[in-house]
Amino acid sequence: MKRLDALKLCGAAAVIGLLVWSGVLPVGLSAGRAEAASPQETIAGAARKVVKIHGAGGVRGLEAYQTGILVSPTGHIVTVMSTVLDADELDCVLDDGRRYRATMVGVDPRRELAVLSIEGEDLPAFALSTSDPVPPGTRIFALSNLFGVAVGDERVSAQHGVVSALVPLEARRGSYEVPYRGGVYILDCTTNNPGSPGGAVVDWRGRLIGMLGKELRASGSGIWLNYALPAESLASGYAEIVSGTAAAGGDMPADGLSGPGFDPTVLGVVLVPDLLDRTPPFIETVAADSPAARAGLRPDDLVIAVGGRSVASRAAVQQALSAVAEGDAVTLSVVRGGAILECDLGPRPAAGRKR
Amino acid sequence: MQRLNQPRAFRRMPPGIVACGVACMLAIAGGFASAGEVASAVLDAQQQRIDAMRRASAAAVAIFAGEAGGGSGVLVSPDGYALTNFHVVQPAGVAMKCGLADGRLYDAVLVGLDPTGDVALVKLLGRDDFPYAELADSDGVEVGDFCFAAGNPFLLATDFQPSISAGIVSGTRRYQFPAGTILEYADCLQVDAAINPGNSGGGLFDARGRLIGVNGRASFEKRGRVNVGVGYAISANQLRNFLGLLKGGRLVDHATLGATVATSADGRVVVSDILESSDAWKRGLRYDDEVVSLAGRTVRTVNAFKNVLGTLPAGWRVPLVYRRGGRREEILVRLAGVHTSAELASIVEGKPRPPAGGPAPPPAEPESPRKEPGSGDGGTDEPQPQRPDGASGAVPLPAAVRSVYEARRGFTNHHFNAVERNRVARLVAADGIYASLGGRWIFTGRLATGEDFRIELSDTEGVIDLPTGTTRVDATGELDANPSPPGSGGMLAALLLWRRLLREGPEPLGRTSYGGTTPLDPSMFGDAGGPRLVDMLESSAAGVEARFTIGDGGAVVGIELWTAPDADPCEVRLVAAPPDRLQALPAGMPATIEVRHGNDLFGEFQVEQAVFEVPADEAGRKDQREDQREDQREDQRKDQRKDQKAGPGLLPGGGT
Repeated sequence: MKRLDALKLCGAAAVIGLLVWSGVLPVGLSAGRAEAASPQETIAGAARKVVKIHGAGGVRGLEAYQTGILVSPTGHIVTVMSTVLDADELDCVLDDGRRYRATMVGVDPRRELAVLSIEGEDLPAFALSTSDPVPPGTRIFALSNLFGVAVGDERVSAQHGVVSALVPLEARRGSYEVPYRGGVYILDCTTNNPGSPGGAVVDWRGRLIGMLGKELRASGSGIWLNYALPAESLASGYAEIVSGTAAAGGDMPADGLSGPGFDPTVLGVVLVPDLLDRTPPFIETVAADSPAARAGLRPDDLVIAVGGRSVASRAAVQQALSAVAEGDAVTLSVVRGGAILECDLGPRPAAGRKR
Repeated sequence: MQRLNQPRAFRRMPPGIVACGVACMLAIAGGFASAGEVASAVLDAQQQRIDAMRRASAAAVAIFAGEAGGGSGVLVSPDGYALTNFHVVQPAGVAMKCGLADGRLYDAVLVGLDPTGDVALVKLLGRDDFPYAELADSDGVEVGDFCFAAGNPFLLATDFQPSISAGIVSGTRRYQFPAGTILEYADCLQVDAAINPGNSGGGLFDARGRLIGVNGRASFEKRGRVNVGVGYAISANQLRNFLGLLKGGRLVDHATLGATVATSADGRVVVSDILESSDAWKRGLRYDDEVVSLAGRTVRTVNAFKNVLGTLPAGWRVPLVYRRGGRREEILVRLAGVHTSAELASIVEGKPRPPAGGPAPPPAEPESPRKEPGSGDGGTDEPQPQRPDGASGAVPLPAAVRSVYEARRGFTNHHFNAVERNRVARLVAADGIYASLGGRWIFTGRLATGEDFRIELSDTEGVIDLPTGTTRVDATGELDANPSPPGSGGMLAALLLWRRLLREGPEPLGRTSYGGTTPLDPSMFGDAGGPRLVDMLESSAAGVEARFTIGDGGAVVGIELWTAPDADPCEVRLVAAPPDRLQALPAGMPATIEVRHGNDLFGEFQVEQAVFEVPADEAGRKDQREDQREDQREDQRKDQRKDQKAGPGLLPGGGT
């Protein structure tokens, strides 16, 4: 019954939203509230704090652009960790057309969150809120550069909708189960499109309440999700990244983060991006002075087995590594130049697991 | 790809979605019941919205093109003109059936096509009191504005009742790349109101129910051909620019500057390539010049440049401001067409129709998105026209349509060009005053320099006396060999054709067609709602090409005359007398004649006296003419036929 109530509330809120919306706010509603901004003003104000990010991509099914949110006047930008950021040169274009070269501050692989930095001063920025989540029925605007329609000084796209629910994320991308299991806002508008990741979700007073995530399908139904990472989670992730505590190998926060994911970067192995249904698990880079480097792994090695069990895809490697108990030995079999090599990476560290 | 007018893939809509909708409605009703008292302002706002949607629904057109699919349209005039998309009507051919919310089905005929802008004009037949939507000033639309679409998504409107989908304006001045050279969406509106296959051609309305655009395109990607919250509408202001041409039954082309621009390293928009044959080059634009503004709009990005250009018809003149070495220059540039007429014709003819009963096109396979690095064009899919014009098909046109359709090369439907040309001709004829003035027309006055001039126009010749000498042009032969007086580009020829147009009307003049509407004053771009547009007639006569712009009340306010296709035209502005001199000069007669050629002002002629000679037998009836103008018109025509050789009499037309 609870669910029905929420639905009812949500519907009613949507109707009221439509009713009061036409240039003039009815006096009866706005009385007592100081100078409520019009939707047009709210959107214009929020859009100034949203940036267009251009990076790697442009090949089959992968966009070379996404969106980011300015969260500090000195140029910190939160966005979604994605292949777009996997570029030597990252461009951030502000609402007024100013173009900046961005540098990576850090990532939170579990929340798939990244923080970029541009060299600016007095930039318009959102305050990251650690307050309680907004209730279902909250009316929102979503601002993102979906489909990359906005270039230069053109404003990112604005969509309107309602927060339908705050639920744990159960989603997949291709055959890959998304590791993040924390709460996300489900939105009743089609927000999550190519280029949307990193977009801002604001309430009708322009406050940041969430960030749009990648295009994902619900694990159960296969339906495309329209969702946003709540601002609270964004705030914690951001704090961890800038303080360095979210760096690979560090402690992971316990707010709903669990699941089968194990990040091989903890071992110093970076696999090629998981772009295909069965991406061959080639090693892209090996971190210097890491277990992987000490075991003799090299870029372009193809992983064919983990602990003696064959693995056919990048996702399978991830799964197999997750299955290795903490402290147990990790061995990888790789193909290099036609020969199969066995590499012992030592005991599996704790990182990547729930604390 | 992503044409919006065919819903094949969606006929199998699961009933669960309907059930879900019903549940949602119940939930809303429940929410209301518990809400108690609703503020009257809220109820008023709701009523306003309902009214706006009702008005918009009445003007919404459901277009059915049988096997070829269908789409939406929107009525914009009481006599049945309706806008829609090129890609909606192209498969339908010349005749189509259109349903309105009144539940009736109307025959409709194709009037005009603009393949480049994906616009078509059709005319519903059988009434002169159709409900219609008013075109708003779409430059006033803001991101965040409430908007709604009324249309025929998935061809659901089998009872002709349009579906309404509401949302907000997500973006303005969006640029969406063309498919080849056609179906370009420039300066368009982006909305999150659901725009689905079948919504194509339908109206996008503001909160007051005014038409701000025509929906025609959406971004689709891996989720199939279904709304993902990103629809695009052709702006009302672009539509307004083309409406005159479309009403004139034309096959319309868009403008090109003859130059391309690129962003320089320091972020300026500069000319990266330019045709030396272009008017822009002739007016002085060169490589690396920085484009500051075009048609009154500031240009800061390449997209902004394309946005402005993409909303303008070929042939218009627009102001262009450029900067070179710190110096700012303003020029008026005549825009060329994107296509040749042959190219346009072949686009419209399209590919041969697939045999009936053949395999249906594959359902909505999402295609890999087209990527243009840096262009910002993500997964947007342009609508794609398929199948040919049905005019040549075996199915005979309905009788109602047959009487209002005339095929002619270069036109979509020449019948409507004749209709518009005759309408303008009636205005120009000004109750036949000029038809009677068969003698010499003599204008005398002073040049801006203070020196005297005299211009004499008759059926046989044109003579101009200037301080520099006297020049004559034989009016009976071809006019192209004589761009007199020297330096004017053909001023006498222009005035002689003007006199013939006033006296005889467009038909005896030569091959004359309606040229749509054009800015009254090209320097007035950038005003709210765009420049004021006036009618234009195009004539091919006596070896020259001429354009006449027709102002209020039918007065010819401008003439452009080309003695050779590549030459600069002679540009004549005819400025009416100010109100205090209206008594002195007959209606439609200019107080000032301004002549330009190329980059130069040839002369400014202040008319102080206009004298119209008439044959002697007409002069005797001068007083009668004042009282019995209608009768007189008949008489005059008889007189003209009877005797052109009568001795001259004087009809003083003015004097200061």
